[in-house]
Amino acid sequence: MVISQAFAVPRSDFPPSVKEFFPPALVDGAYPWLTKFTLLAWLAVGVIIVFYLVAYRDPKIVPGKAQWIAESLYGFTRENIAKEMIGHEGVKFAPYFTTLFSFLLLTNLFGIIPFIQISPNSHIAFPVMLAVISYVMFNYLGIRRYGFVKYMKNSLIPPAPWFILPLLIPIEFFSTFIVRPVTLSLRLFANMFAGHMILLVFTLGGFALLGADAWFLKPVSVVSWLMAVALTFLEALVIVLQSYVFVVLTSSYISGALAEEH
Amino acid sequence: MLLAEVNGSLSAIGYGLAAIGPGIGVGIIFAAYIQSTARQPESGRITLPYVWIGFAVVEALALLGIAFGFVFK
Repeated sequence: MVISQAFAVPRSDFPPSVKEFFPPALVDGAYPWLTKFTLLAWLAVGVIIVFYLVAYRDPKIVPGKAQWIAESLYGFTRENIAKEMIGHEGVKFAPYFTTLFSFLLLTNLFGIIPFIQISPNSHIAFPVMLAVISYVMFNYLGIRRYGFVKYMKNSLIPPAPWFILPLLIPIEFFSTFIVRPVTLSLRLFANMFAGHMILLVFTLGGFALLGADAWFLKPVSVVSWLMAVALTFLEALVIVLQSYVFVVLTSSYISGALAEEH
Repeated sequence: MLLAEVNGSLSAIGYGLAAIGPGIGVGIIFAAYIQSTARQPESGRITLPYVWIGFAVVEALALLGIAFGFVFK
């Protein structure tokens, strides 16, 4: 079975390296286009579409389980992210935020679901695309509302004495148009990458200790595996937090672009 | 005579040093949030999004450290 091989835990040397993030193609010769990562990304898209369609196919006043989950997710992003960060206007962005949040949550969760255990977001390409969408979105919204010149003026010229402006304008430009998309994508990527790496260190470290020559190191492998279990719970926290942070930052950038004054 | 040998990457030590600053920063952010909520419990919900934004911005530095540890090999 090709698939079971690709999904099996990779047997590798103890200090895990970046190689772990490049599993072989699921079908021979389909290397960049059909790997575990692309399959998981499409799976996440499919699961989310089907889930929301099924949950809302027959909405009831007293919601069932699926409808309750869908409504909680939507209600959370709408009330606690969109409305709180952007204000009343934010409601129209709630559908996008919900989609983004669901996609991030599911793709990140793949990192700790048994037998999948890697998140597509631990490849920089996926977070970069999501960050590019947010970047284009907040710039487009700002330019559409104020026009290019006024938008640039709003976002680059803070209310400050004129003599400090030559210093502030480059800093503002750097932080708004360069650092924002880079950190937005890099944060998610690095969290998923580091999370997977930490779990690998403790899981493979357990095997390395078990296979050690010194007999007194063998029982220590249990400690290493217990650490891996504990860190999986930490990883669950990080997953939810990073999905939330990504959406909150996107909404905060949009609210900054739409705000009247700096 | 070779008594001890260390091998591996120096970037692990570099990352440890780089994580000190963000560690202190994240600590300060949550300390400030706890203190402000203890002083004025009603403000807890209002300041929470800013806690996460501040946390994310400060934590980005530590994560840049992880990424660049692999870049500048």
